[in-house]
Amino acid sequence: MAEEEEFTDINGNSISLDCQTHSAFCREFTVTSPKLSLRKVMVCTCFIWLFAYAVFFFTENTTVLSSAIILTLAGMMIHIHFVKVDHETLLIIGSLGVQLSSSYASGRESTIFIEMSKLKDIVINEAVYMHSIIYYLCILIKDPADPETVASVVPLFQSSKPRLNCLVHVYRSCQEILAQTS
Amino acid sequence: MVLKLFFPQCCNTADSGLLVGRWIPGHNSAVVLAVIHYPFIPGQVKKYLSELQSQTQVDLTVLGSWSMPKEGQEGMDSFLKDLSTIFPQECWLQLSREIGKRGFTCQVVQNNGRLLQDREQKNGEGDKIILIHYDQRKVMLSQLHPVQDVGQKSDVEASELRLVFQTVAQSQPLFFLDKYDDGPLKLSHWQSEGREASIIAELLKQASVPVCIFLTWLLSLWYWFCSFRILHLPPVLFISSKLSTCVQSVYRAVHFRTVFSPKKAGTHVEFMRKANIFVSFLVDIALGLLLISWLYRENRISKLADTLVPVADRVAKELQELLEWLMGAPAGLKMNRALDQVLGRFFLYHIHLWISYIHLMSPFIERILWYVGLSACLGLTFALSVLSDIVALLTFHIYCFYVYGARLYCLTIYGLSSLWRLFRGKKWNVLRQRVDSCSYDLDQNTADTALFPLQLFIGTLLFTILLFLLPTTALYYLVFTLLRLVVVLFQGVIHLSVDFINSFPLFAIGLRICRPYRLAEGVKFNVLCQEPGTPLHLMMEINPLKCSSVLQCYRTPTYSCYPKDSWAALCKKLFVGELIYPWKQKTDKTD
Repeated sequence: MAEEEEFTDINGNSISLDCQTHSAFCREFTVTSPKLSLRKVMVCTCFIWLFAYAVFFFTENTTVLSSAIILTLAGMMIHIHFVKVDHETLLIIGSLGVQLSSSYASGRESTIFIEMSKLKDIVINEAVYMHSIIYYLCILIKDPADPETVASVVPLFQSSKPRLNCLVHVYRSCQEILAQTS
Repeated sequence: MVLKLFFPQCCNTADSGLLVGRWIPGHNSAVVLAVIHYPFIPGQVKKYLSELQSQTQVDLTVLGSWSMPKEGQEGMDSFLKDLSTIFPQECWLQLSREIGKRGFTCQVVQNNGRLLQDREQKNGEGDKIILIHYDQRKVMLSQLHPVQDVGQKSDVEASELRLVFQTVAQSQPLFFLDKYDDGPLKLSHWQSEGREASIIAELLKQASVPVCIFLTWLLSLWYWFCSFRILHLPPVLFISSKLSTCVQSVYRAVHFRTVFSPKKAGTHVEFMRKANIFVSFLVDIALGLLLISWLYRENRISKLADTLVPVADRVAKELQELLEWLMGAPAGLKMNRALDQVLGRFFLYHIHLWISYIHLMSPFIERILWYVGLSACLGLTFALSVLSDIVALLTFHIYCFYVYGARLYCLTIYGLSSLWRLFRGKKWNVLRQRVDSCSYDLDQNTADTALFPLQLFIGTLLFTILLFLLPTTALYYLVFTLLRLVVVLFQGVIHLSVDFINSFPLFAIGLRICRPYRLAEGVKFNVLCQEPGTPLHLMMEINPLKCSSVLQCYRTPTYSCYPKDSWAALCKKLFVGELIYPWKQKTDKTD
């Protein structure tokens, strides 16, 4: 069962949330960020190359041009492999654990799995971010030796930063599953 | 409660039989390790399982039955239900799979006969079973990080995944029986197609024991040699603690003792430590031999030796010019003529002595260097340590000048500060380690703490003299400290690179790149597409450790050359004139 609604992130860019229910206690949420815009890439590249050409015009040194090309290529590769996140996934399996996965624009995936015994709760928290206050969904991890205290906090959907309406959707589904299986 | 079943991928297509595995204590889950096929005799199955239990310390039991019916095998269902009476269990699992379908079906029977879950039941509780498929060989070989020892009693209960990994890793004897064995039991597991082994690995294992014993004997000879009384005299000890070659050789000897001990490594951490040291030692030797081949190829070493004496000469000449400049009017500053001449002549005489010694040694330099260069066959780290020592010896005169200049400057500063206190009527109280005020009256009761006018007069005189001599001493101190810092920086760079070669865990990084499943940070789950009516199927894969965590975890501890003081403390020491030794060598930490 898949759902699509109109959601935005904290900056106003439109994102999409995809909910899949695999079973009564297993759900998967995917938040997709907007793709890399071609216009931005072209503007950036043109700017760098014009600047390099201007430097070449004054210095008559061709290494400036080749280094500008190499720099642009390297920068683009680093950006799509390490910086640009395509979609983030939250897979919650009742009584087993929660899996967070970020998939980058180059196809690389980075995954973390948190076992249910370490998970205290999933909550929506507020944070001061620059000049505004934003909501974010986070997982509270408990120290196995001392179950009452919160050992650390793992924020979810850090790159896409969806707004509260999207977070509430995910929060309700997660709480249903957590209530069922604990 | 949800029941979690870990099922090996190799048994997906196995014939019908009994499921053998372990119930994970404390969690509602079970790990399936193998499938025993029909026909079997229940008594032999029980005997085999109890043998394995004593061998592996894992409580293996029959978990249930597995049925993958082929043609002509109808009627298996009732046969399978009867099996639960032969192997009495609290919970009996009945897994079955039909050819052509991808999903399994599972029924769980409690020992009072009640069915926990019926596959026809679609409403109400629904599916409460998760089937997790795992790659048995990878999970067996993998090590979850952070590493916890198996027998270690920890306050923290082991997590479910850790128990699963430990169970599979400890059940290795179960996987020795393959389908070509003539025993009474036929098992299916990851090795049932035949045990994998490599002749080279087996030969190396057999050969390594006598080689290790021989090398340990050689090492004991070396220790016996080092224990001679003559080598424990204080001057020898002092020199050897300063020479980085000796420090490096001691360090390497400790390493060898770890690596070449004939005892097999018990835990994962010990094994990784041994392997890292061994691989880094091999790489060290290889790089050293490469360096030798480069140095000796076109007789470069003789050319190097030939340029060494002119370079030392040149350095000495530059120092002489520097001192002449200081003796004049350096940078337009006016120096105290007499002190300037004294200090300048003193240092010039030192340099003259130094140049004569270098010229005395010059015929032998080439031979010495030739033989010293051969020591690079012991490793690149040795060659770098020798280079550092050569640089230290050649710049010994700079070190001496620095010490003289620093001592003089230090005396001046202390004298000035104490006489300045005298001016202001304060005094250093040795008992209380603080500055106290001092009165000027000549009262009989306080005679010992009062200041006489004579004291004040002499104090003022000395203060003035020292104050006017300060620029000269300060300038000499500044120049020689800068030179000393340049040398220290160069030595520091060499030490850092030696440290890097010593401590970099090459084997661990290689393992992470070539066999990433061996070092696991965690697991990843993928939901496998399922058919309705079957329980949830997940695929568990191993999430390898990040490279930065590998480095942090497996870095060999070394005698690290970290800066002893912070920047602020260093600047303070420089200002006051205390001697600085910025690279303090910590003693080797063993854990």
